[in-house]
Amino acid sequence: MTAVQSLPVARRRTSRPRVARVARPVVAVAVLIGAQEALTRTDVLPAGYFPPASEIVRTFVGELGDDSLGPALMSTVRTWLLALLVSVGLGTAVGVLLGLVRPLEAFLRPVIEFMRPVPSVALIPLVVLTIGTGSGAALFLACFAAFWQVLVPVITGVRSAPAIALDTARSYSLSTWQRIRWIQLPSMLPHLATATRLAASTTLILIVTAEIIIQMPGIGHEITMSRSAGDPARMYAYIALSGAAGIVLNVLVRRIEKRLNASHGLEGSR
Amino acid sequence: MTTLTTSVSTARGRAVIGAAGALTALGAWFMLSRGSENVYFPALPAILDETWEYWRTAEGLRNLGASLTTLSLGLCLGIVFGVAIGLVIGQLTFVEQAISPALEFARAIPATALIPFAMMLFGVGDNTKIFLIALGSLWPVLLNTADGARRIDPTLRDSARAFRIAGFQRQAFIVVPAVLPRILVGIRIAIPLGLILMVTSEMVGAQEGLGFVITQAQATFQLVTMWSGIVVLGVLGFSITFAYSLLERVLLRWSDPRREDA
Amino acid sequence: MLIVTELEKTYPTKKGGFTAVRDMSFTVQEGELFSIVGPSGAGKTTLLRCIAGLDRPTSGGVYFQGREVDGPPEDFAIVFQDYARSLLPWATVGTNVELPLMKKGNTAAERNRRVTTALAEVGLSDAVDKKPFQLSGGMQQRVAIARAIAYRPKVLIMDEPFASVDAQTRADLEDLVLRVKEETGTTILFVTHDVDESVYLSNRVAMVTRSPSRIAEVVDIDLPFPRDQIATKSLPEFARLRAHVFGGIRDMVHDTTLAHA
Repeated sequence: MTAVQSLPVARRRTSRPRVARVARPVVAVAVLIGAQEALTRTDVLPAGYFPPASEIVRTFVGELGDDSLGPALMSTVRTWLLALLVSVGLGTAVGVLLGLVRPLEAFLRPVIEFMRPVPSVALIPLVVLTIGTGSGAALFLACFAAFWQVLVPVITGVRSAPAIALDTARSYSLSTWQRIRWIQLPSMLPHLATATRLAASTTLILIVTAEIIIQMPGIGHEITMSRSAGDPARMYAYIALSGAAGIVLNVLVRRIEKRLNASHGLEGSR
Repeated sequence: MTTLTTSVSTARGRAVIGAAGALTALGAWFMLSRGSENVYFPALPAILDETWEYWRTAEGLRNLGASLTTLSLGLCLGIVFGVAIGLVIGQLTFVEQAISPALEFARAIPATALIPFAMMLFGVGDNTKIFLIALGSLWPVLLNTADGARRIDPTLRDSARAFRIAGFQRQAFIVVPAVLPRILVGIRIAIPLGLILMVTSEMVGAQEGLGFVITQAQATFQLVTMWSGIVVLGVLGFSITFAYSLLERVLLRWSDPRREDA
Repeated sequence: MLIVTELEKTYPTKKGGFTAVRDMSFTVQEGELFSIVGPSGAGKTTLLRCIAGLDRPTSGGVYFQGREVDGPPEDFAIVFQDYARSLLPWATVGTNVELPLMKKGNTAAERNRRVTTALAEVGLSDAVDKKPFQLSGGMQQRVAIARAIAYRPKVLIMDEPFASVDAQTRADLEDLVLRVKEETGTTILFVTHDVDESVYLSNRVAMVTRSPSRIAEVVDIDLPFPRDQIATKSLPEFARLRAHVFGGIRDMVHDTTLAHA
């Protein structure tokens, strides 16, 4: 074979250090905040609508000490938790029933398909008239919306048992109950996990919405009150709080989801 | 019993049973509410009458039109920006790494929490609604597009790189069709979200639209009108979702003809 | 004209690193068909990706006509094993073949001409307006080959292109490759695990060891051109060469010391 003449010496290439990967988001966020601060202080963004970031942070800290943030947060979270439990519970129960009894599901399918896209916010006036303006109203609205989001995946999940598993059950003459308990219910679980995560964020949105429109106590109420009072910094502070709450609750639900999946031998969530 | 179970196994059998279910539900509602004295749950015939009457008047059409216009505009804006930004994020790793935490945070804010923010900027009117719908529908589209762009089939990506297909050709012929299924999923999630934002913003910050009519009717105790609004909204939501699922099926078949229809 | 020098590629893993290729050096002459054969688990695909510029080696280099390969070169074309996923399912056969040509400097007429010629070359003139999924596996691979031909590369890289195709179709496709080489004089780098195929097609066959792979031996294939599926494979020289390569590979599979020498 011909010898290689006068080619550059082979050299080692190193991969980019991991530091850069962490530094990028930090730098990006810092740049964004810095830009906002600069633009608002120089009035390029009107300070009436966009208070500087530092002022928002200061207001937020102030609220922490004050007596309104805690109760508002608690109120929202409490209603959210209740709504989530009820909608997931009901959705699972009905979903399992419909998943197992196919004729019933076929019968009710048009009703489900029609009611599913109805924005539950459209029912707010009706709910206000019948249930009132308390947390019961928010609870109903959130549950109504999230119920469908749990129902449909659960039905799909119960049906998604692999045919081979069902055939095996039949050849071993398993009873109906055993088949349900050991094959169809477990195959529903990953779908239920995803549905729960969706339901968690949907219920949060609806509860905050209800707080804004019906003026129930909670984060949403604080947001809209701050705007009416002409205090944009406070409004942004509470908007940020709602975002933070969304993230935290989402992470919590994911953790529980993972633990449930693990205990049933399913690796990780979808 | 066995005939029942066998009938669900065919598509036609299911359709027949489903039709029976729909008719039964409507019939039950009709019957139960017919002699209704309850103010809050008026008789279905009355609601249907009012729906037929009111929504064909000039005022009714104006409100309906306002809702549809703002919904379409808002959704279009949200989709266009969602796809554009999503494609950038999905393909440029350094951009994604940089703004990912900020994005996660912004996404977690419930869209309706921004209603007061939008009202502060745009006051009461159409712009608020369009802004909100666009902002709310942006996220699912953006996230799904970015995820799809990130996950383009490696063999496809290698082919494109090996043949040095870049720039516009790459986006138009390779990236967008490959990401299309995910984009469609994002839009499917965005549509109900857009509807919610449309109704909510009309209830709070507008003088026109379905949500406005419903709230007004409630305030003036015209409950039949309120119910008719709810019915129209339900029909609207259903029709849009159904029409979209048809469109989605056509586009998916074009994008990947090998795929078995779910 | 294609030189690989002390190529090494190590993948970072949790346990330190996996070296797929180490100390790989060889040269490919212009116009030859150079095969790379080895047992599964040899870093053949890794090697190919580094040569094609799709991955960067950890150390060492690939040089084409004196310049280092640092990203997919303009004059290379690749045919992958997984034809279904390297073609665009939403585009017609014609568009698939045309796409790499849609760069500056190519008029529509010129592109059209090249597409028609390439498709005729692989025998798919009728399929211009069909979509890939409407064609059989062998035909889809022909489309991929047509795409490479239309591109008029100086080097054609083929990564186990016929592994997913049935035996009869494979024979036809092998002859197609030989025809292309004869008519265009393209240099072809061919990776396969099929020993018979490598001996049948090549001017030279390189045997690579299991990972960390290096060249164990390069065999000159002194069989006459043009090659024929029956005539060439009946020659005693064919049998000898095939046995030599096959034996070499089999030893590699059974003898771990050779792989780690």
